[in-house]
Amino acid sequence: MTVASPDAARARAVAATVTDPELPMLTLADLGVLRDVSLAGGTVIVTITPTYLGCPAMATMRDDLVHRLRDSGYDDVQVRVSLSPAWSSDDITAHGRQALAEHGISAPGRATRAAGPVDLTLIPARRAIACPRCGARAVELTSEFGPTACKAMYRCAACLEPFEHVKEI
Amino acid sequence: MGDTGDHDTDRGSVYDGLLGSGDSQWAFGTDFEDPLAGMDTSIPDGADAASLAQYCLMLGDDALIYSHRLSQWSSRAPDLEDDIALANIALDLLGQARLLLTRAAAADPALVPVLPAGSPVPPEDALAFFRDEAGFRNVRLVEPDNGDFAVTIVRLLVFATHRLALLQRLAASTDAILAAIAAKGVREVTYHRDYAARWFLTLAQGTQESRRRLLAALTVVWPFYRELFRPHPIELRVAADGVGVDPATVADEVDVLLGQVFGVSGVDRPDLPAVGPVSGGTGRDGRHTEAMGPLLAEMQVVARAHPNGRW
Repeated sequence: MTVASPDAARARAVAATVTDPELPMLTLADLGVLRDVSLAGGTVIVTITPTYLGCPAMATMRDDLVHRLRDSGYDDVQVRVSLSPAWSSDDITAHGRQALAEHGISAPGRATRAAGPVDLTLIPARRAIACPRCGARAVELTSEFGPTACKAMYRCAACLEPFEHVKEI
Repeated sequence: MGDTGDHDTDRGSVYDGLLGSGDSQWAFGTDFEDPLAGMDTSIPDGADAASLAQYCLMLGDDALIYSHRLSQWSSRAPDLEDDIALANIALDLLGQARLLLTRAAAADPALVPVLPAGSPVPPEDALAFFRDEAGFRNVRLVEPDNGDFAVTIVRLLVFATHRLALLQRLAASTDAILAAIAAKGVREVTYHRDYAARWFLTLAQGTQESRRRLLAALTVVWPFYRELFRPHPIELRVAADGVGVDPATVADEVDVLLGQVFGVSGVDRPDLPAVGPVSGGTGRDGRHTEAMGPLLAEMQVVARAHPNGRW
């Protein structure tokens, strides 16, 4: 294998191809967790942010980034964590939203962010979403919590299939 | 397997990953990452490192102990959705605990229990698994058994309402790491509080039996309520320094919010005496309920049996 000369743009392009371990139809760039790729001397410094603080996929993301960059000739890779600003579902790119929909996962709407104390919502907020399989708008929330920290569970009233919705956060 | 370096074909079979030569094929257990890798962990101007560390232990222990307690619902909740919800909430809190304990260890490394030479256990795990009961600084609310689903919901409502109010203020901490953890935690705990409040209303207005259980649950949980707002000297110190929040300052907001839930649910605010201090101290002083010892034994036994273990 030939080692390419270090080049930040190429390193960024390589890092941008790494996919999320739990939403493999999304790259880390599409998900909005890839915050920065830079070169310092011969070291590639990649900065990522967690979607949720307890996200168990962070170690996998880091390993995947190191692995992929090493395979592209960057032997010295450092993965750093950034917590601020906090990741928001609004950071998912348009391309990422399309990829989610194509894979049967409903993309998040805009996250609301009010100043002052957070209001209590005793009635679940009705999201204007459609079934990613049949397109019907008659959907019902089954749980605000799903198989991964970032998803809620829905059921389509028309085709009766359950589906996942990436939560607004 | 040839070292083709072509990762696009990696996705072809779920077994491909097993054939790789490098450790980094594995999702877990190859190496411990520092969850604050690359972040500036210096102490903000005017803050006291030891107090900041103790304060992070308090908030971290609240999340850690409650996370462990909630995780005991896994596979036992009334239905699958609630099983998953409670496990998710426990996971969110574990994430908060991990970062807070990491911050505590970075601010004051002297807090971290000393382990045998060569132990791979990272500082936050050493704090979680190798401290004894008196070293934990969590409020006593989070310790008792889950009880039935109603007790769990009432305790979660109280806990999440309190924590959300606290984290919102903490997002303005002069410690950039604490502020970032808090800002992120606010978004997570908002979901926890809504979940508990909706179930509270459902149980209160559901059947006679669910209402009976909810009212009984309030009498179980309420004696631990007042302790949440009782400031410890460390909390007063960090609040004065600008890195922390005096818990007494969130009492009114928490009271109003719980009042909203009680009102809509047709439930009277309990009027019960608070559990008193033990030997002059409460949870923040390391004085705990009788439930704490068995909880820690279960949580810590595997890590303590293998201080040099690699997972």
